[in-house]
Amino acid sequence: MNEWLPLAVLASSLLPGLVIFTLPEGWTAVRTTLNLFGAVAKLVLVVVLLAGVSAGEEYGVRFAVLPGLDLAFKADALGLLFISLSAVLWLFTTFYAIGYLEGAPHRSRFFGFFSLCVTATMGIAMAANLFTFFIFYELLTLSTFPLVVHRGTDKAMKGGTTYLVYTLIGGTALLTGIVWLHHLLGHTEFAHTGIVAALGPEYAGQLKMIFLLLIAGVGVKAALVPLHGWLPQAMVAPAPVSALLHAVAVVKAGAFGIVRVVYEVYGVEFAQSLNLLTPLAVFAAVTIIWGSFRALFQDDLKKRLAYSTVSQVSYIVLGVALFGPLGTIGGLVHLVHQGIMKITLFFCAGNYAETLGIHKVSEMNGAGRRMPLTTLAFSIGALGMMGAPLTAGAVSKAWLSDGATAAGMDWAIWVLWMSSLLNAAYFLPILWRAWFRPISAAWPEEHIPARGWRETAWLLLLPPLVTAIMTLAAGMLAEAPGSPLEWAKLIAEREYQEVKLP
Amino acid sequence: MIWLILLPLLWASLAFISGEGRGKWLAIGGLSGQTWLAFDLAQTVGAGGVAVEHLVGGWGAPLGIDLAADGLSAAMLVLTQCVALPLAVYAGAYYKRGEVAGAYFWPLAGFLIAGLNALFLSADLFNIYVTLELVGLAAVGLVAAGGGAQQVAAALRYLFATLLGSGLYLLGVALVYGGYGTVSISVLTPLVTSEAPRLMWIAGGLMLIGLMLKTALWPFHFWLPPAHGGAPAPVSALLSALVVKASFYLVLRLWIGPFAPLVAAAEWLAWGPAVLGTLAILWGSWQAIRAERLKMLIAYSTVAQLGYLFLIFPLLTGADAVQAGVMQAFAHGFAKAGLFVAAGVFIKATGQDTVAGLAGTVDRLPITLFAFGLSGMTLMGLPPSSGFLAKWLLIETALDRGYWWLVLVVLAGGLLAAVYVFRVLRQAFLQAPANTSLAAVPRTLEWTAFVLAAVSVLLGLRGVELMQLVGVMR
Repeated sequence: MNEWLPLAVLASSLLPGLVIFTLPEGWTAVRTTLNLFGAVAKLVLVVVLLAGVSAGEEYGVRFAVLPGLDLAFKADALGLLFISLSAVLWLFTTFYAIGYLEGAPHRSRFFGFFSLCVTATMGIAMAANLFTFFIFYELLTLSTFPLVVHRGTDKAMKGGTTYLVYTLIGGTALLTGIVWLHHLLGHTEFAHTGIVAALGPEYAGQLKMIFLLLIAGVGVKAALVPLHGWLPQAMVAPAPVSALLHAVAVVKAGAFGIVRVVYEVYGVEFAQSLNLLTPLAVFAAVTIIWGSFRALFQDDLKKRLAYSTVSQVSYIVLGVALFGPLGTIGGLVHLVHQGIMKITLFFCAGNYAETLGIHKVSEMNGAGRRMPLTTLAFSIGALGMMGAPLTAGAVSKAWLSDGATAAGMDWAIWVLWMSSLLNAAYFLPILWRAWFRPISAAWPEEHIPARGWRETAWLLLLPPLVTAIMTLAAGMLAEAPGSPLEWAKLIAEREYQEVKLP
Repeated sequence: MIWLILLPLLWASLAFISGEGRGKWLAIGGLSGQTWLAFDLAQTVGAGGVAVEHLVGGWGAPLGIDLAADGLSAAMLVLTQCVALPLAVYAGAYYKRGEVAGAYFWPLAGFLIAGLNALFLSADLFNIYVTLELVGLAAVGLVAAGGGAQQVAAALRYLFATLLGSGLYLLGVALVYGGYGTVSISVLTPLVTSEAPRLMWIAGGLMLIGLMLKTALWPFHFWLPPAHGGAPAPVSALLSALVVKASFYLVLRLWIGPFAPLVAAAEWLAWGPAVLGTLAILWGSWQAIRAERLKMLIAYSTVAQLGYLFLIFPLLTGADAVQAGVMQAFAHGFAKAGLFVAAGVFIKATGQDTVAGLAGTVDRLPITLFAFGLSGMTLMGLPPSSGFLAKWLLIETALDRGYWWLVLVVLAGGLLAAVYVFRVLRQAFLQAPANTSLAAVPRTLEWTAFVLAAVSVLLGLRGVELMQLVGVMR
């Protein structure tokens, strides 16, 4: 059992974050170095962890907080799926944020909380029991709030308040479920194939109530309808924060929480025997359709993307709720795929806003000619969301559909198709405007002039291009060793021990 | 053990004699020594697993004065010294040279702390009365030393409440002495049975009401907001963090000590404090949400947070409830001290004691605001903080006994606290009106607020030792 690596993963963003808080505003170089050093160090550590875990090594550490209550971390295959996604995307988001906030006020505060936020995400991914999970889950709420209200405008405050109301109430529900479970079981350690089955049939009623509380608690961050109201409002935050909320940390933490609760607290087979999976699948399906449907009517680009997130994250939940290894793989792989696709879209949206002052879909006419590279990246992300061939989205959708068939829930396939159509209906008009409509007379507010091939600042341009390439790579090289898909298969194999996978 | 009482008396007297200026250093030196003594005592009690006794002058009960420290007293002593030491550092930088309130502060604070330490160590009911009076009078003096008409009015109201409270308590002690011929807790405890005479019930009732009045449990809280909200920041912090805890400690001590057989005979009795505690949480939070003035908001939050302490009474059938209570006392002690001293910084900087005046402070006073946020985290019971552990323990104990409504109260209280804490934070994040300027504030003030807040949070990562200590019963 290796103890220091999980702690080092936490420290690689916590320590730089704490130092950054104390830096004077003007020390840009030091701050940037610290940020990048932390992000790169974390990535290296994660690679070491990945190599170790795939070789069967175990990483974990625990501290007693109260008698019988431990703060415990472990780096297992499932946690690493989330960690590696966050670590990679954090690096890009850091680059992007440095470019995006150049010259803006309060950067020390921003990057300090930014690092805390990633630390909390790492803690969520590595938590070895619900108690630890909850600690970092709430820490994530607290560290993202200052980022959401960063601009200090009335609108930002309103968005931030809504965010808090939802997440704090959700956290209360989650806490209730966790303490209840701890009271019944005496512990809340995660384990493959679950821990609550040991309690016996007379507890079925209580366990259903607890499941409801836990899922409601994490469902708020996962933006399950009807708990999704905060997400579209939180899009007032600066673009790197939106990327963080939608792809790296917050929404993902919710979805990841659902995965942990279903697989490692209840155990997917026990959850099925309690008839909990079908209602969850129905909620996911409703969310998928409702999110896509609402996205159709948003003229604000970021708001449209936000509703798209509401819909897409529930693909993960749907995959989890489809009983059987194929659905599991589909859900888990989408955890990664949705992250890289959505972050591309938000980076691009940020670029349009920063470069040309475009905030609305109706202002996007001809943006593709002025910013071809950004628009290319945007197009790849959007096509991925629709599930177009050769993109990461196609892989997710294929596994999810197979999972639905295998689970005998063919209606879920219709949900997926319906959602793809709606996705096309709200993304294709954007692409059409950007590529084929003539340029408007003047851009709303042009901040950054074009210089040669550089349509905007290079720190803003590179991150979306890289993540767009990753979207393609994850689609085309899905069967390659080390791809998200292969990793998801490894996890599914461990969850359904007796099943051999194709 | 005796030095925990003598040392503060000593530096208080020296501070009075030597005049202002030296008081600060005497206090910081004395408190450092006391902190060491308190930890040493806690170490002895915790490691030995038994209560420690000391017979002053070699005379035992019933003739002499007995001092005794079990886990509960040792924990309260540690809390007292650990909160008082940073507050002394803070007060040293807070009072300007030549300020009258500053000159009075050191001797009075010394007597206050001596009284608190003696209260936690005393093993007989009458000595406890003496210490209660010492604490009460020193506290009133501290409030009145603010000097303004409002402060004097608040101090008079406080004086009335505290004298009435200790008067009722003394009446109870007299009745007990009449009935059993002793005031020593250790002698008295085995004598009391569930068939105790009615006199004992009346005595217990009088003492309970008197102490609840001093703890400012709803509806006896009327004196607290003006006194705590009107006093200078270091005084508010001392009163809110420590003084109200002393009378709570005493209720708890008597409840699980001499009066335990009576309480066991009438189970419904425990619901009285719990129901009042619930109302305190709801009412206090509601008033805090509505408060215009920053320090009033914090004072009403104290009313609410004290309510949690009284929720443990129906759960006192096991040691775990005492642990929950002590954890809440620690959480609130550090966090509330942190909040009041942070408020002191804001008031010094903005020149006004209003929530609205905080706009823009996030840029100028980030450390203080961070301290406010961390303390607020503890009050809301968000992890990782000692407030979270307190809530966890409370909820789990309540679930264990099957009291679902207590769980709901605790959870609702956390959400209400979030409303008033974030009301302040939100205001601080708003952009300041263009023409505001903030006065410079000594760095010491900002950092002491931060230290207190950080302790309240970090304690949430390691509560094992404290819980073991509290497990050692007299």
